[in-house]
Amino acid sequence: MKFPSGRISLVSTVITAMLLTCGCSTLPQTGPNTVPPLRTYESVVKEDGPHLLEVSDSIEGFNRGAYRFNYNFDKYFFIPVVRTYEFILPDYVEDRISNAIDNINEFGNLTNNLFQLKFKDSGITLGRFIINSTVGIAGLWDPATTFGLERQPEDFGQTLGHYGAGNGSYIVLPILGPSNVRDTSGFIVDSAAFSLIGPSAWVDDTGISAAFAGTSAVDKRHRIPFRYHQTGSPFEYELLRMLYTMKRDFDIAN
Amino acid sequence: MTRLYTLILLMVCLWWAQSASAASQPYFYPFVNPYEATVMELPKAYEVKLPEYVPTREFTLDVFPKREIPDVFWYEDGLTCSLAYQDHKAPLIFVVAGTGSRYNTPRMVKLQKALHQGGFHVITITSPTHMDFVVNASEGLPGDSLDDAKDLYRVMEMAYEKVREKIEVSSFALTGYSLGAFNAAHIAKLDDEKKRFNFSKVLLINPPVSLYDSVTALDQLLVENIPGGLGKFDLWFKSVLAKLASVTKEMGHTELSGDFIYNAYKRLPPQEENLAALIGLAFRMSSANMIFTADVMNGGGYIVPKNARLNNSTSLTRYAMVSYRTRFVDYFNEYFLPYSQKRDPYLTRQGLMDRLSLKSIEPYLKSTGKIGLIHNEDDIILMPGEIEYLQGVFGNRARVFPTGGHMGNMFHPDIVRSMINFLSGKEI
Repeated sequence: MKFPSGRISLVSTVITAMLLTCGCSTLPQTGPNTVPPLRTYESVVKEDGPHLLEVSDSIEGFNRGAYRFNYNFDKYFFIPVVRTYEFILPDYVEDRISNAIDNINEFGNLTNNLFQLKFKDSGITLGRFIINSTVGIAGLWDPATTFGLERQPEDFGQTLGHYGAGNGSYIVLPILGPSNVRDTSGFIVDSAAFSLIGPSAWVDDTGISAAFAGTSAVDKRHRIPFRYHQTGSPFEYELLRMLYTMKRDFDIAN
Repeated sequence: MTRLYTLILLMVCLWWAQSASAASQPYFYPFVNPYEATVMELPKAYEVKLPEYVPTREFTLDVFPKREIPDVFWYEDGLTCSLAYQDHKAPLIFVVAGTGSRYNTPRMVKLQKALHQGGFHVITITSPTHMDFVVNASEGLPGDSLDDAKDLYRVMEMAYEKVREKIEVSSFALTGYSLGAFNAAHIAKLDDEKKRFNFSKVLLINPPVSLYDSVTALDQLLVENIPGGLGKFDLWFKSVLAKLASVTKEMGHTELSGDFIYNAYKRLPPQEENLAALIGLAFRMSSANMIFTADVMNGGGYIVPKNARLNNSTSLTRYAMVSYRTRFVDYFNEYFLPYSQKRDPYLTRQGLMDRLSLKSIEPYLKSTGKIGLIHNEDDIILMPGEIEYLQGVFGNRARVFPTGGHMGNMFHPDIVRSMINFLSGKEI
């Protein structure tokens, strides 16, 4: 089966399992002798909202469960795999792999630049793909950037945002991490396009597609410096949610 | 014209490289603005050469085995420390991290390497103000010099027990920077009574004199430097992040530590108010982490409700917002002082402030020959007159540099040389 791609079916299975198992109340457990604190939200937070930290999060109980799952997944599986990858391969080779993956993913950048009617950026993206695939030898090198053709990353979440779609509620996706309703829909569309009419369809080989999906997952984690609990903050969930939302707003506006 | 420009550039480069390599050159530091010095990373040419790799091993201490850790801290499982070891008999030095810092922040890792290169076994310890320490190793509220020293001492004893089979130790030394240096001074005094380690040398790097004054000053940096006041924080923060994002375009959700904020700044055009506000923000964030954690660990009543259970899916957003709006002074007056007075009914506000100061152990610091000091004249956490005070107390055991801000110059070759010299019993 080619669609839905392996990533989506894995994620949907995990989501269903977690929705069934997590208790979703996000209020503290109180009793008859609970006393409110000296500094309450009502008495301390006086400025008019909405505040940066208050991001719409209607399934917070589930999200915090997914966050815990990701923490453990990262700690016991993902990071050890990434470390092994980094141990085996020299940095130089890792960079070549990153470039090659970026090059294949120009497909999504191209379609979404077109969807947003950004013709100049679409031209740049197409130019990059052609130059890097040939002069850059299958995208292993990125001469296009040295020629002044900068990468123009766009995805379907950004396309939706470009046409005015709001964030929707925040969602923590198992394994994939922070997202929201808009970006999750975008991710599904991008993945489907990639499998049905994009590079996966061109090679038409499940083995190669699976290898690509696996390598790009490891490469992606390798490139994200974030490590759980390194903030040293009990509010890491909130901080990540805020930064993700701000970052996506910024990406859409630009 | 272009050739002239290239020539000038080349000369500047050569001169930079030269000043970095020549040991006899007088101390020179590229940032004269103390905020810049504090925030900006030292250019590579000025920095001491450190080994890529030193043999280290991490280990985790279960300080209070019977302690039940609240579900809301589901990710906490013991206090982790790191040992960098020599393969021969050598002195062992403990390093205490600064405010809100963990044993493995980039600064701690670098310091560990520098000391290892200087011939020591090195154990790095998380600050008692970091949430890991508060959850796993604090007996009461963090922030009291004596209690923190006792908590740290217990951790140091356990850490040494854990590694004593693996390394050969000739003697013990102790150091720390910023709040960690303040802690180290109190630990040294405690050790003179307990005689467990008999430290041969204790080095204080950029300590505050009065903890209360220093943290108030840091907090004010945030309050005073946001255009339009703290009420406009969100707007300011958005603009700072947007600037950063537009420069990097690849910000992603990276680490949110103070170091992240500092690194972020390097990509922004230097503007003193922004620098100062960012230093203040980094401090306010660490202090909020500590206050919230300490409140939960001590039964609540300040930020979280008393007699309520927070678990692993409890929303902390509102508590976060309250914590970030809590100044250190609020915590001191509303929570820390009443808590301390409960244990000692005769304690006054002034009495507590005095206790949180190096002045409270001045006779000890003056008389003991084993404690040395490295500091900067323009350190932003010192009040006017305090650097002279410190020079008076430590005399020829003090080395004060004219510039460097708060620890900006810590890995300048001159500073590292001073550290190693003093710790190995030579002149500072």
